[in-house]
Amino acid sequence: MDFSYTEEQQALQDSLRRFLAKEYDFEKRRQISRSAAGYSKEHWRTLAEMGVLGLGIPEAHGGMNGSPVDTMLVMESFGRALVLEPYLPTVVLCGGLVRDAGTEAQQAALLPAIAMGELLMAFAHYEQGSRYALEHVATTAKREGNGYVLNGAKSLVLSGLQAGKLLVSARTAGGARDRAGVSLFLVDREAPGVSAQGYVTQDGGRAAEVKLADVRVGADALLGLEGGALPVIERAVDLAIAALCAEAVGAMDALLETTREYLKTRKQFGTPIGRFQVLQHRMADMLIAIEQARSMAMVAAVKVQSEDAAERRRMVSSAKALVGQSARYVGQQAVQLHGGMGVTDELAAAHLFKRLTVINATFGDADHHLAQVSDSLLVA
Amino acid sequence: MDLNDTPEQSAFRREVRAFLAAQLPPALSHKVQHRLRLGKEDTVLWQRILHQRGWGAPGWPKAFGGTGWSAIEQHIFEEEAADAGAPRQLDFGLRMVAPVIMAFGNKAQQERFLPRILSGEDWWCQGYSEPGAGSDLASLRTRAERKGQHYVVNGQKAWTTLGQHADWIFCLVRTSTEGRPQEGISFLLIDMKSKGITVRPTIMLDGEHEVNETYFDDVEVPVENLVGEENRGWTYAKFLLGHERTGLANVGQWKRLLKRLETVARRETASNGRPLIEDARFRDKVAQVKVELLALEVTLLRVLSAEAKDAKKGLGPVASVLKIKGTEIGQAIFELTMQASGHDALAYLPEALEPGYSGPRVGGEHAAAAAGDYFNMRKLSIFGGSNEIQRNIISQMLLGL
Ligand SMILES: Cc1cc2nc3c(=O)[nH]c(=O)nc-3n(C[C@H](O)[C@H](O)[C@H](O)COP(=O)(O)OP(=O)(O)OC[C@H]3O[C@@H](n4cnc5c(N)ncnc54)[C@H](O)[C@@H]3O)c2cc1C
Ligand SMILES: Cc1cc2nc3c(=O)[nH]c(=O)nc-3n(C[C@H](O)[C@H](O)[C@H](O)COP(=O)(O)OP(=O)(O)OC[C@H]3O[C@@H](n4cnc5c(N)ncnc54)[C@H](O)[C@@H]3O)c2cc1C
Repeated sequence: MDFSYTEEQQALQDSLRRFLAKEYDFEKRRQISRSAAGYSKEHWRTLAEMGVLGLGIPEAHGGMNGSPVDTMLVMESFGRALVLEPYLPTVVLCGGLVRDAGTEAQQAALLPAIAMGELLMAFAHYEQGSRYALEHVATTAKREGNGYVLNGAKSLVLSGLQAGKLLVSARTAGGARDRAGVSLFLVDREAPGVSAQGYVTQDGGRAAEVKLADVRVGADALLGLEGGALPVIERAVDLAIAALCAEAVGAMDALLETTREYLKTRKQFGTPIGRFQVLQHRMADMLIAIEQARSMAMVAAVKVQSEDAAERRRMVSSAKALVGQSARYVGQQAVQLHGGMGVTDELAAAHLFKRLTVINATFGDADHHLAQVSDSLLVA
Repeated sequence: MDLNDTPEQSAFRREVRAFLAAQLPPALSHKVQHRLRLGKEDTVLWQRILHQRGWGAPGWPKAFGGTGWSAIEQHIFEEEAADAGAPRQLDFGLRMVAPVIMAFGNKAQQERFLPRILSGEDWWCQGYSEPGAGSDLASLRTRAERKGQHYVVNGQKAWTTLGQHADWIFCLVRTSTEGRPQEGISFLLIDMKSKGITVRPTIMLDGEHEVNETYFDDVEVPVENLVGEENRGWTYAKFLLGHERTGLANVGQWKRLLKRLETVARRETASNGRPLIEDARFRDKVAQVKVELLALEVTLLRVLSAEAKDAKKGLGPVASVLKIKGTEIGQAIFELTMQASGHDALAYLPEALEPGYSGPRVGGEHAAAAAGDYFNMRKLSIFGGSNEIQRNIISQMLLGL
């Protein structure tokens, strides 16, 4: 058992925290959120230079060959600063899918571009009505000549409007909820037949509804095995969930800290409100919830690497369930302890609360993942 | 003991239903049912319609143009109106300042202000809190200095709900710094069009403009706008808070919104492709709220019946029980509605809250308001005296701790 970080990991975390402390205070973040793109191209370039964008990418393709534990450190720092840059869709999800399922040629074409910050990608998977079921894919891909024709609609595609390329899941066989028959395709965002309706998300990020109408792609657009993409998708989503757990821990740390400051400075009845025991105990419970969540973020980061898919999924779901519950409690109580100020747009607290709410509902909420753990008890 | 309506109460209920069916504009109830954005004109329209029927002030005695209804009749009216999708009447005039003017104002004030509240001509807002005086309201610092026939008011009020629409504000102001802080407070009625008043929006976390900061810079207020006696405002303010808190039990609205939640859970699909309502894990949470709400309704009726027997006593600290439970139940309903919407609630589409919106949506119609409502309704446990303060009141006043 070893919970320590390597020197490289420490150094990465330090430099990232320094960068964010300098460039990503709350007001700057607000400006980025309100900009048309919804992220800062300059910051994206800086992250590339720091090696953060190539963290999970093999060295042969210009990356650092890092592990999910490295990703955890990055996401935790991002969570503290409420970073809006599309790291999760481009690097964790799409970078992970191309790394794990792509051909050598696909890897060579995409991974260095991701690592260098030249390419944004989006994972177009969920559809309206799927809720959190990953196997629900009604979008179709029909073989035609040498390639495929894609038709369907994708929902809540993170940075779906900004991305240069999309990874689209589509059915090459089977019914809308069959595990077999799902395939992944690499599609240009600007390809004829692709349209994206972008919008802001509740946390100030960006997503899109993406429509595919007779979109033609070549045989080389297929990523991984035809009809065999679901296990690959599940693993990629588990990696994303592990990353989100770490981000949530960072956001909760920041929220506890800013609430603690508030309790020490806000005075009512002639005394700092932090003197009221009922608020002290609330803070103690928040701290406990965060420590539990921190442990589970570590579980997720380590166990997401497990070769045993059932164990991997059970552990990642355990983490997402507990982190989601903690995020809800810490978020709600932090707002409550800020009084009226907590429900305004003015303080970071409300924005951290909103981001935590969004994280809970991304790739399955606490109840959804608790159900996975609970169902696993039936399999003796 | 009988929990059913008496024959008179059922007849009354039928009369209210018939009126709502005939008079509540469908476009208005559509907005309320679908949680679209309501404007000043919506509230005013409904107030006018009620006023025409003689029901403009369900809680007032007949002498002042009210209905003279008993507390139970008022509850029946509110329940039916909420169920039909009527907008809430504006509390600030009807339920807050009016009872104070009736109890402590002079005849001239009663004649001047009450009819215009009843008719919907005047929009009132509440100027109690300040940036430095929230839970500790008595520490308020907005000053009113008597100069001849005027008070000159200087200071800042925070959180003035819907002050952007207001014609009048009722304010607690400091007229003396002697004695305990509570002893130097007066209750002033101030025309929002007075020179020296500036209203600045405070944007809420859901992006909506609902509250304001209101600044007073040498605002001249005629002395006849003082309610009751100078330096006695704290007594009047406390009287008013009791009225505010029962309103926050909000049973009628929660019943309608719980029904809506059940509809949403029937419409939404769970991850296994079945209707969400079939998911026992989720359904139990809805059932729990339903049980709690039934209990609250009966608790409310018990309190109202007791009050009806001894009207002079007022509600007292038991109002805190209603406030805490009512707000917790409301928050649970909004949270579950968001949860039912799944990740569809994550899209921020404020345009979709306008009537007639036909642009893109993510998920069902209910998803558009789901997250914003959840965020916004965190306020319920903060305003009107935070739920921590209510628990302090219960432990001190009801438990003697
Ligand atoms: C089964 C058992 C085994 C024990 N074994 C040992 C032992 O081996 N050795 C030993 O020395 N003692 C032992 N104890 C005693 C134990 O440490 C005390 O019971 C404990 O410290 C609480 O003290 P008390 O019972 O006097 O309760 P009190 O101190 O009177 O507390 C009563 C209640 O008030 C609360 N309270 C008190 N102060 C505060 C405060 N400042 N803020 C908020 N809440 C407060 C408490 O949490 C509790 O709910 C044992 C007790 C039990 C029940
Ligand atoms: C949306 C909204 C609308 C509002 N509308 C109006 C309006 O129209 N007019 C108006 O006058 N006011 C209005 N208010 C103000 C409202 O009444 C105050 O926000 C409320 O009284 C809390 O005060 P505060 O925000 O200063 O919080 P604080 O008093 O600073 O409280 C911060 C935290 O400390 C806790 N706390 C404070 N004192 C104690 C204690 N003694 N023991 C334990 N815990 C304590 C509180 O519960 C809270 O969790 C509104 C507020 C909101 C959010």
